[in-house]
Amino acid sequence: MTSAGDIARAVRAGARSALDVVEEHLAAVTRDDGELHAFNLVLGEEARAAAEEVDRRVSAGEDPGPLAGVPVALKDNLCTRGVPTTCSSRILDGWRPPYDATVVGRLRDAGAVVVGKTNMDEFAMGSSTENSAFGPTRNPRDPSRVPGGSSGGSAAAVAAGFAPLALGSDTGGSIRQPAALCGVVGVKPTYGLVSRYGLVAFASSLDQIGPFAASVADAALLLETIAGHDPADSTSLPRPAPALGDVLDEGVDGLRIGVLRELVDGADADVAGRVTEAAAALEAAGAKVGEASVPSTSLGLSAYYLIATAEASSNLARYDGVRYGLRVDGDDVNAMYGATRAAGFGAEVKRRIMLGTYALSAGYYDAYYGQAQRVRTLIIRELEAVYSSYDALLAPTTPTTAFELGAKTDDPLAMYLSDVCTVPSNLAGHPAVSVPYGKGDDGLPVGVQVMAPALAEATMFRAAAALERSLS
Amino acid sequence: MAGISREDVAHVARLARLDLTDDELDRFAEQLASVLEHAADVASLDTAGVPPTAHPFPLSNVLRDDVVSPSLDRDEVLAMAPAAEDGRFRVPRILGEAP
Repeated sequence: MTSAGDIARAVRAGARSALDVVEEHLAAVTRDDGELHAFNLVLGEEARAAAEEVDRRVSAGEDPGPLAGVPVALKDNLCTRGVPTTCSSRILDGWRPPYDATVVGRLRDAGAVVVGKTNMDEFAMGSSTENSAFGPTRNPRDPSRVPGGSSGGSAAAVAAGFAPLALGSDTGGSIRQPAALCGVVGVKPTYGLVSRYGLVAFASSLDQIGPFAASVADAALLLETIAGHDPADSTSLPRPAPALGDVLDEGVDGLRIGVLRELVDGADADVAGRVTEAAAALEAAGAKVGEASVPSTSLGLSAYYLIATAEASSNLARYDGVRYGLRVDGDDVNAMYGATRAAGFGAEVKRRIMLGTYALSAGYYDAYYGQAQRVRTLIIRELEAVYSSYDALLAPTTPTTAFELGAKTDDPLAMYLSDVCTVPSNLAGHPAVSVPYGKGDDGLPVGVQVMAPALAEATMFRAAAALERSLS
Repeated sequence: MAGISREDVAHVARLARLDLTDDELDRFAEQLASVLEHAADVASLDTAGVPPTAHPFPLSNVLRDDVVSPSLDRDEVLAMAPAAEDGRFRVPRILGEAP
């Protein structure tokens, strides 16, 4: 598999045609995506036209940008002007956004070629991509297994070689968990580092867009391209994109790394074993490794599911049959709302709207939503305390390797538990990355998570690159 | 914290403008109870003196300069609506018949 960095270098130098690159990737999609279903929509003609434009600019002596000719897959909750954006939901049936998400514009400006929109759990609510209205995605490493979720299509697209890069969104682990299960790199950046303008909102205080790639260097290249202040998102941090490519070779000599005890203890033995090996590898590379404890992580999952569903119940009120998508007629506007939402939303989205509405309703607000917000404070305080002793933390990304399709679809709580290792970073707004690190006893990929304090992406990528090197 | 009854679920569904079937009411009552039971440790935690966090970073209002800039094209936006008329979204009757 050719890296994104190598493709861009070759295309910019005129040594490779962007059209040839995109044809190769589209051929892989044609061959394998019937079985895997990573894509909701393949944009073959648009991708060829974009690639030809890149080739034309190279011939004219221009520089198309740092991602010249690199195929990129987009999660189907990122708005693409004039191109259907479904969130894998029936309720957005027929909707074509009138604008591009900021990240999509930045990709095009960097010369990247958008090859398609990827499947996901409906409105990013799920951990297996089985909650898609258009059917599940399968894991390219073993098609009997789920790819994780909610950005399962983007993770599978990179793992299957359909695109060297993909974008997803991570509200409680939806980039890192599928990256771990599919054996690719997935990054949740610091909250506010990447503009959310044009990302269909799930839980606005937690959502963040981030990269998938086959290598740490490619993930850094993609994050550098999409990060940086955007006036169209009022939560976008007023700072430029970090320079990450330069730090990858700096090594971890002297870095203080804490192994997060509670999350290691809660993982399957084979997964925990890979984290222990990763810690030893960083120590061998010069890091000072110790044990770290964040006791409130045991409360994090419940706090997350109360906060995320509360925010979602508010954000998803906009799907009411008035401005876009599906409408089911009724005698008056309330009957139309109720019927439209009943027909348009799938079971998991309804369940979360119900949970969030309940957590916000009179009589329960303080006990559930208010308490969850206080637990959020406790987790942030404990993480900040740990970061006075450590520069970064190591943990499993998921407690298990990829599970079989259907294994958890009848038990929502069991499905939610797959997010236990990833939600603390979202609650705190901190960055985290999942790096593939060996296999479980079942031969399936294991992801090791590097967590870092807010805006410490450079430290996080140094550790991630060192982990990757230790395997080669 | 008590469980969640079928009547509670029906009430919440009305608040959320979701028409649920009888089967859905039964299933959600059971599933929401199981999720809320898991959340009992959060609900019962002593958090005296701990302030709530609504957002990961302190935010203040972000204002732009008061200058006119292009916005979305009205016709393009209305073309995506299930029903539009005279440059506006069209919806079913909102108020009941006058007595």
